[in-house]
Amino acid sequence: MIESTTERASDVIIEARNAVKHFPVKSGLLNNRSVGLVRAVDDVSFTVRDNQTFALVGESGCGKTTMANLILKLLDLTSGEIIYRGNSLVGMSSQEVKNYRRNVQAVLQDPYGALNPRMRVGHIIGEPLEVHGFSRAEQAERVAEALQSVGLHESVGSQFPHEFSGGQRQRIGVARALTLNPDLIVLDEPVSSLDVSIRSQVLNLLKDIQAERGISYILISHDLASVEHMSHVIGVMYLGKLVELGDAELTCSEPQHPYTASLVAAATPPGTTPAWPIPIVGEVPSALETPSGCSFHPRCAYAMPICSQEVPSLAPTEDGRMVSCHLYPDEIKKIDKRAPIQVAQGISAASS
Amino acid sequence: MPRSSKGCDNSIATDASRKVAPNRRLFLTIEQSAPADLRQNGIQPLLEVEDLQTHFFTRRGVVRAVNGVSFSLMPGETLGLVGESGSGKTITCLSLLRLLPRGARIVGGKVLFNGQNTLDLSEKEMERLRGIRMGMILQNSMAALDPVFSIGTQIAEPLVVHSGLNWRAAIERSIDLLRMVKITAPHLRVRNYPHEMSGGMRQRASSAASIGPHPDLLIADEPTTALDVTTQRQYLELLKELQQETGMALIFITHDISIVGNLCDNLAVFYGGLVVEYGPKDQVLNHPTHPYTEALLEALPVLGEKRERLRTIQGDPPYAGNLPPGCPFHPRCDKVMDRCREGDPPSIFNVGVNVGKMQKTRCWLAE
Repeated sequence: MIESTTERASDVIIEARNAVKHFPVKSGLLNNRSVGLVRAVDDVSFTVRDNQTFALVGESGCGKTTMANLILKLLDLTSGEIIYRGNSLVGMSSQEVKNYRRNVQAVLQDPYGALNPRMRVGHIIGEPLEVHGFSRAEQAERVAEALQSVGLHESVGSQFPHEFSGGQRQRIGVARALTLNPDLIVLDEPVSSLDVSIRSQVLNLLKDIQAERGISYILISHDLASVEHMSHVIGVMYLGKLVELGDAELTCSEPQHPYTASLVAAATPPGTTPAWPIPIVGEVPSALETPSGCSFHPRCAYAMPICSQEVPSLAPTEDGRMVSCHLYPDEIKKIDKRAPIQVAQGISAASS
Repeated sequence: MPRSSKGCDNSIATDASRKVAPNRRLFLTIEQSAPADLRQNGIQPLLEVEDLQTHFFTRRGVVRAVNGVSFSLMPGETLGLVGESGSGKTITCLSLLRLLPRGARIVGGKVLFNGQNTLDLSEKEMERLRGIRMGMILQNSMAALDPVFSIGTQIAEPLVVHSGLNWRAAIERSIDLLRMVKITAPHLRVRNYPHEMSGGMRQRASSAASIGPHPDLLIADEPTTALDVTTQRQYLELLKELQQETGMALIFITHDISIVGNLCDNLAVFYGGLVVEYGPKDQVLNHPTHPYTEALLEALPVLGEKRERLRTIQGDPPYAGNLPPGCPFHPRCDKVMDRCREGDPPSIFNVGVNVGKMQKTRCWLAE
């Protein structure tokens, strides 16, 4: 099948190439005509390497979970490609899909909803093994091993999910993802529904597992602080598009896109000044009526005439990161990032 | 509405006066108890909670959700109640409003609002108090607003019921209120229904409804949890502005200690139905004295801070139906001593360990 030419193919575990997912919005009882199109994922490209954590961040409705579902092949692409170790997900046979899912697992957000309350924990963790035809003995062995690696005692296998706290349930979810020895796990907001004092347990556990087994993660989150802590590469999404892609530390310390800058500013602890303090105005527009040109321009403090006319493309900058903004490469040099910004639009100003 | 045993006893005493002319008397009570004189000398706190205990009586036994909470609030002050789920912060606030769910009862303590113990008030009087003097903003704005009434009607309703405005004037006022919470085109939005607004806008609209009658105290129960990070920041700024404009006191409940920094004057950290640490925001955040606060602050990833591993707090938060003896944090505390397992740690306000600068902690270590 298709071999990546630009990257060392052995290194890259999964690659999205111009991935597009549109959802038609239908209305009417009889004719069921299409009244619009939600561009949930619109021309998104990125690569995830072995033993690396790739994070997708953005506000709700930006398409990060749709992207995760595309990678898990729970949804099919409208166009574009997702390539796993050189094989495209489009047009896979059912046997190939089964093999693919053995290597790519998921941990979901809500540990209460993700575990069947009528099944014993041992059965929940062992079910993927059953599906993939492992013998009883192997199942028992791998379940015990998975429980051990998430720090739970073997004996909990005979208990039911309701007997566990949120943090323990999320560990069970992680254990289930580990049993098939996958090389990629999609983590969809793994700690956002956990108590604050429990979150660090799960984050540390995920890091330890990565160090031990060399698994890659795709981390979906809106919490920039935990994303910075966990990941190597960050992709920032806004209304279905990647607006910035690059090294995690750099993205958080020197954001390039104005939207990333305001996300960083919103997550910066009080008392410290963010690198580029842009206050955010307004709200994410409806995905049905995305603005023309750059979809961020109505909320952007630096919007220029061109921003409402032309869609910017994701292009590399001087330090090798990628950004999709008309300010690059020239205009950005004229901007004083320390200068206070006059908010002149959005909800805040339109009150009088 | 379950009433505390104490409240029951005392409400009998006020029954006689209620029979005379209930409405008139109540109206006067509220109008006259305006704390103008108290505010001028600026010493009397608006709210004093002393050793509040609210328990749930269930078939499986008593759940001690609030187990002796004390704090005070000056007029115009912002107090942040920080704690994990099940730590008792929401039940504390529902006890202040006496809006407890079925099965819960206030079994002890005092809630002094403008010097008056609200636990002694009758249900009628309490209703007036809730309508005018205290407001509340809920976490889920979709649930807080009624889907079948327009935003304008819902903001105007408390003004008609409690402030005696007619509907026309109340709708006019609700347009002003929507403008105050920074909603664009308020004269059009006033006719919108909740489903026509975004999450952030709904939260603003429900805040407008709560501040309509000019309450002295606004309780905001996790108002930003359902909002996006960026909308959250905007909403916090708005809350701060509203408070400066109206001069109301604010109790801000949250599980996320990282967002209280800009908004609050004082912080009360809840754990296992108790306030374990109380003090000025800067003191609590920068020099925590209770091991729980300290561990919690270190366990959170902070943007721009490079750490290989986060600190973990072993175990899980306790269930209020099965609190450990002694300090509720001792099974998870890494500085645990023998005395922590036995008697209660020093109570914050009575015995208290004063660590200086108004900061108080409920831990033997601070002695």
